[in-house]
Amino acid sequence: MSDSKEKDLPERPVEFSTVSSLPIERLATADDLGPDWDPSVELGEPGEFPYTRGIHPTMYRGRLWTMRQFAGFGSAAQTNERFKYLLEHGQTGLSTAFDLPTLMGRDSDDPMAEGEVGKEGVAIDTVVDMERLFDGIPLDQVSTSMTINAPAAVIFCMYLAVAEEQGVSFEKLNGTLQNDILKEYIAQKEWIYPPRPSMRIITDLMEFCSRHVPKWNTISISGYHIREAGSTAVQELAFTLADGIGYVQAAIEAGQDVDVFAPRLSFFFNSHNDFFEEIAKMRAARRIWARVMRERFGAKSERSWKLRFHTQTAGCSLTAQQPLNNIARVTIQALAGVLGGTQSLHTDSFDEALALPSDEAVTVALRTQQILAEESGVTNTVDPLAGSYFVENLTNRVERDALDYIERIDRMGGIIAAIERGYPQKEIADASYKYQHQIEDGSKIIVGVNKHKRDDGRKPELLRVSDEVGIKQIQRLTRIKAERDAGRLEASLAALRKAAETEDNLIPLMLEAVRAHATVGEVSQALVPVFGLYQEASVL
Amino acid sequence: MSEQPRLRLLVGKVGLDGHDRGAKIIARAFRDAGFEVIYTGLHQSAEMVVNTAIQEDVDAVSLSILSGAHNHLFKRVIQLLKEKGADDIQVFGGGIVPDEDVVTLKEAGVLEVFTPGASIEHIIGWVRENIRIRRLD
Repeated sequence: MSDSKEKDLPERPVEFSTVSSLPIERLATADDLGPDWDPSVELGEPGEFPYTRGIHPTMYRGRLWTMRQFAGFGSAAQTNERFKYLLEHGQTGLSTAFDLPTLMGRDSDDPMAEGEVGKEGVAIDTVVDMERLFDGIPLDQVSTSMTINAPAAVIFCMYLAVAEEQGVSFEKLNGTLQNDILKEYIAQKEWIYPPRPSMRIITDLMEFCSRHVPKWNTISISGYHIREAGSTAVQELAFTLADGIGYVQAAIEAGQDVDVFAPRLSFFFNSHNDFFEEIAKMRAARRIWARVMRERFGAKSERSWKLRFHTQTAGCSLTAQQPLNNIARVTIQALAGVLGGTQSLHTDSFDEALALPSDEAVTVALRTQQILAEESGVTNTVDPLAGSYFVENLTNRVERDALDYIERIDRMGGIIAAIERGYPQKEIADASYKYQHQIEDGSKIIVGVNKHKRDDGRKPELLRVSDEVGIKQIQRLTRIKAERDAGRLEASLAALRKAAETEDNLIPLMLEAVRAHATVGEVSQALVPVFGLYQEASVL
Repeated sequence: MSEQPRLRLLVGKVGLDGHDRGAKIIARAFRDAGFEVIYTGLHQSAEMVVNTAIQEDVDAVSLSILSGAHNHLFKRVIQLLKEKGADDIQVFGGGIVPDEDVVTLKEAGVLEVFTPGASIEHIIGWVRENIRIRRLD
């Protein structure tokens, strides 16, 4: 466009760019896509390689996404009540949040757990807590997502033990274990062992599930936390796919068949405020993964090529100021997830920047999904944005930038080597610092925070978890510990430790320890003499 | 002419909470504002934070807590500073802390609690006004 024409069409004096600072032109045209852009190669039909338009030919006409609200707080019994409440209100899958001590593989009576038991999620110490958590919920009739990483295998074994007690065979179990330790080192920072032994536990679990729990999704490779830690959309995409490549590589090196384990890998993305950037990210994710699986890893099964993903709206985008505004943000973000082709969705509650969500806020969040699904009409057609000059160009741009990062990580020797040298951690810290400055200088707007400010004095009703939960949980744990068969317990933990020194699969041994009422902390600690503890070199 | 003494601040993550985005931004911002910064890294116990604060002879401890365990952890750090005769080290912090808790934390001796949306500029301005160099040269 010529200068004179620019003058004729004045624009607002702002920088037009995405929330992640990708520059955006006034108008996208066919020229942006170039003469070589071939929709049959770059898009394919929905349900066909490279799945840019979605992994199913019918998408939401065939089946709506799974509405899966993350829940968990206080005791197992309290969370069990919340689960039942959500199931009664039309939710179709369960999603479990664990408290911090559980996420770190520590028991409720660990000194470091003081003040944190049951605060951010449910406290699970032994299989007895797990039984209470799923009391009255037949495990062959729900799909359960468990957001746990460092001690994921232990918690999974507890779930298996509950299934045994309910008389449900492992083959019938449906669900997802987050089990994504690589993004812990990158972003969420809840770890136990160093990366390499952690990868061994994960490949053991993948192999065990391939044999015994074939419908279980073994890893939910997560960009969500990477984004929450302050990354850009491109970084989220790139580091998540690099993690995925890391897991596939490790399982292949452990002798597993890619077409057996790869269909059980799923992904988990954040949906932030920048509507089109998020959609572009999700479309690019499918295309990159399909090509990586087919071309780099030689996967032959279509099921290995398809990137299935869960979406959660961006917790970090929610504001404590004027909290009802968050309902609008969540709606936009959820719509991006839907137009991006998500398989399941969690919508955040409007009060989450203040505390754990209240029942009212959780209900509004679920209703937001139901309105999108049943009122908005967006589910009537498959991938309505395909062929948009702007969306396709942005998808190409996000894809190209993500591939650059993946190449850089490959040159470092892969994602584990990159993590060990702090590379993704530093990139994210830089991006998050930059974004904070953009908010402060007003070049990025957050309504109610740096523009349109008003303290309306209204505070939503908050859910509070009392310290009582921790006290009672410790009492319960003490009782369980006293009542166990000490001989069986010791023997099972010793066998587990011994197996860690060999190449034997650790999962059956963990399952035995859990049946003997070993705690999360005891099972985790049993492996420390062999695996060591992770220490982060802090990157500022 | 001797160099002007600079504020020494400890930025700490106490407890099991792994959310370090805010702590890292604040640590960098303090450094860019000309303060000396000691960042503890993650998963510190209250004892570890207090020991570091004393060894490093800091002027104030700022804690970032997003786990919901703020009531317990802030009070524990203040109690330990008192026990070790170092209660001239001021304590402030930030995180997801409900308003009522901000009030009780202040009563317990926390100088200020910044909640989501507080700007770096505001926090740095507050530090300049409220934290003094405590070392006696």
